[in-house]
Amino acid sequence: MSKSNFTRRGLLKTGAVAGAAGLSLPTYLRADGHSGFTNAPTGSTVTLGFNVPQTGPYAEEGLDELRAQELAVQHLNGEGDGGMMNTFSSKALQGNGILGKKVEFVTGDTQTKSDAARASAKSMIEKDGAIMINGGSSSGVAVAVQGLCQEAGVIFMAGLTHSNDTTGKDKKANGFRHFFNAYMSGAALAPVLQNAYGADRRAYHLTADYTWGWTQQASMQAATEAMGWQTVNNVLTPLASTDFSSYIAPVLNSGADVLVLNHYGGNMVNSLTNAVQFGLQDKMVNGKQFEIVVPLYSELMAAGAGANVQGVFGSMNWNWQLQDEGSKAFTQSFGEKYGRPPSNSAHTCYVQTLLYADAVERAGTFNPCGVVEALEGFEFDGLGNGPVLYRADDHQCFKDVLVMKGTENPTNQYDTLEIVEVTPRAQVEYEPDHPMFAGGDLGACNPGA
Amino acid sequence: MLGLKKTDATLLIVVTILTVFAPFILNPFPTSSAMAQFNAGYPDLMQRFIIFGIFAIGFNLLFGLTGYLSFGHAAFLGIGSYAVVWMYKLLDYNVLPGLVLAVIVSGIFALAIGFISLRRSGIYFSILTLAFAQMMFAISYSDLIGRFLGTTVTNGETGLQVYTSDPQILLSAGETAPHFLGLVEMRSTYTLDAGAWSFDFNAGYYFCVVFMLMAFYLAIRIFRSPFGLMLRAVKSNQQRMSYTGLNTKPYTLAVFVISGMYAGLAGGLLAAMDPLAGAERMQWTASGEVVLMTILGGAGTLIGPVLGAGFIKYFENIFSKINDNVLHQWFAFMPDGLEDFVVFVIHPFIGKGWHLTLGLMFMMVVIFLPGGLVEGGQRIGRIFRRKDRNSSDAELDAAKQRNTPPAE
Repeated sequence: MSKSNFTRRGLLKTGAVAGAAGLSLPTYLRADGHSGFTNAPTGSTVTLGFNVPQTGPYAEEGLDELRAQELAVQHLNGEGDGGMMNTFSSKALQGNGILGKKVEFVTGDTQTKSDAARASAKSMIEKDGAIMINGGSSSGVAVAVQGLCQEAGVIFMAGLTHSNDTTGKDKKANGFRHFFNAYMSGAALAPVLQNAYGADRRAYHLTADYTWGWTQQASMQAATEAMGWQTVNNVLTPLASTDFSSYIAPVLNSGADVLVLNHYGGNMVNSLTNAVQFGLQDKMVNGKQFEIVVPLYSELMAAGAGANVQGVFGSMNWNWQLQDEGSKAFTQSFGEKYGRPPSNSAHTCYVQTLLYADAVERAGTFNPCGVVEALEGFEFDGLGNGPVLYRADDHQCFKDVLVMKGTENPTNQYDTLEIVEVTPRAQVEYEPDHPMFAGGDLGACNPGA
Repeated sequence: MLGLKKTDATLLIVVTILTVFAPFILNPFPTSSAMAQFNAGYPDLMQRFIIFGIFAIGFNLLFGLTGYLSFGHAAFLGIGSYAVVWMYKLLDYNVLPGLVLAVIVSGIFALAIGFISLRRSGIYFSILTLAFAQMMFAISYSDLIGRFLGTTVTNGETGLQVYTSDPQILLSAGETAPHFLGLVEMRSTYTLDAGAWSFDFNAGYYFCVVFMLMAFYLAIRIFRSPFGLMLRAVKSNQQRMSYTGLNTKPYTLAVFVISGMYAGLAGGLLAAMDPLAGAERMQWTASGEVVLMTILGGAGTLIGPVLGAGFIKYFENIFSKINDNVLHQWFAFMPDGLEDFVVFVIHPFIGKGWHLTLGLMFMMVVIFLPGGLVEGGQRIGRIFRRKDRNSSDAELDAAKQRNTPPAE
């Protein structure tokens, strides 16, 4: 134990020095509020933050998003063939960056964890001066990052997020979602299912036990019951499950004749494979052929499940096989650069980046409040989904939804899904205060500093 | 000073200086230079260094002193976060009630889990703690308690957030972010521009630093106390202690609870800096991370866990953000073919490959520096003190003694 050697005189001296240092500091301090909003671009460049899962269960989706985002930046800077900028109904973008500033980007890894995603987005905002965050492949992450962007005063352009909550219970003024949601999947799928399988069916749900799974299940149940189906049972499966055999076996004895798999990613690949291996699709129940439905499809999942997806219905936001001008331009541009067709998560990230840039051009400012104003109620066309509306009430895009089916006789490795029907926008629309979306509050836009 | 031996006091002062001046130390490169990629002096990462430092210090009290390897410590981290966010939801954005609650609640959970788990030692103890943590992760990830009660307790996979519809009975107008007694908001930052450099001084960071220094001081006192000695005895031979008639259970349980409270405090601070509590904080990967931090830095040493925490968080946040574009910028001076080749070689180790780089580093440390980063520091120190090995008599003896591994 050593003796304390603080003296009154010594303390006074240190105090005086510290005080002097403290007084001299503020002359260097930068007035953070001078521009009126967070990370106002000052130089000749503007930085966008692309926050995607690069590791973890959705890494494949994330990497495809990153490809699309890089392509979007190229097109914004006037490099390459311009892609969907040529077919976009708004002509504000000149190919000279955004508001004349060259677009640069930083990337981060969300790891499909809310915490890591927020850390990564924060570093983009605090360290790299990102003015907008785009990307992500899970609803939990989207909700978490959206909340962060609202607090920090930057714009969040959501990537793949399908839960109703993103623009429902958890909607935020600074957040925008182009991707469709679980309610729309249900509304689009129900009529197709009715046509294909009839109005007298008994459905058994297996649901991934987390936010997205619940909203997806609730949406599917509501939509199918509205057309006369019965719901036999809904079984929640832990998200970490890799083997679903024990969940599939009881389906056979339940008297159900349709199995709805509210699973995504690796979960879906495994549960669908298990169901097919059990021979469910060859069974006859109640005098009807047993069927399987996967409400949310993605190309990467379909590729993972291989031949098991054949003949199984599902829904998508966009598909590269669409024949409108925008989709063709994007698929060609993406294909030339990377030698593969883009997935629908890649499409939504590309479109979100363009939409943000366009909104800034039209608003004439990077100020988030100006951007929010420019995007709210914005109607556009030529980005692959037909005429689209960014609704002001909840910042959700309304557009046609694709009903897909696993290709029966694939001709190449990318030919896994085929488009069954393009469900028109009117059929999937809902009121902003619909019970499945109620409880949230958009709040006011936050420009930050 | 403060009841510490001279060496410990020096260590505490060094840590104080390092943490107070971290905004300068971590931002050594000018903002516009290519090396700015390696700057770590932005608020979020600095906060994480400190918070995970606290977490690792607490873990080390248990693992470093008693040798009990808990593989479920992240559970307490999550509990701490949930406690703080719940206080935000019920009272207001003041962080203090939440932090107090975080420490208390995690202590209670640690008492319960420790009481059961400490009936076994070695691998069985590790598995028991892991099982408890995974149970709690599953419960919060699917919000099983909330579903049972028909309300929201952890808000599942989305994570617990504050909504405008929450009660927040003490909320005053215009209060939108975590603050300390209404004096200062955690997110407020002063940016000091000095020429080409830019340094961020964040209120939340210094708030964490205060807690970290208190936690560090307490850890030193525990290390040097008779209680700490008893814990070390447990590590060296618990059976012999039992045979001499000592009941070791109260000691191990006490340190398990203390360690859990450290973790709860760290979790609480995480939510104090960023008002969200996610279930992933409780996952086994998070528990594994703190084990890595402690071993990487040097288990059983005072400063080691803090260094390990900084090391891992640095890799997670800095290396994962380097992408091919950045690489091309760095190597732009090379001829095209060579540039592409160099980028191709480095590519697997950056961006999505940061785990790989961290893994390699961890292997290096464990193989060549079994005592962790602290041992590395000691070896370097020895090089500079080699002079006295050539001397004679007492000084040579002293040098020899210095080279024997420390007792702790």
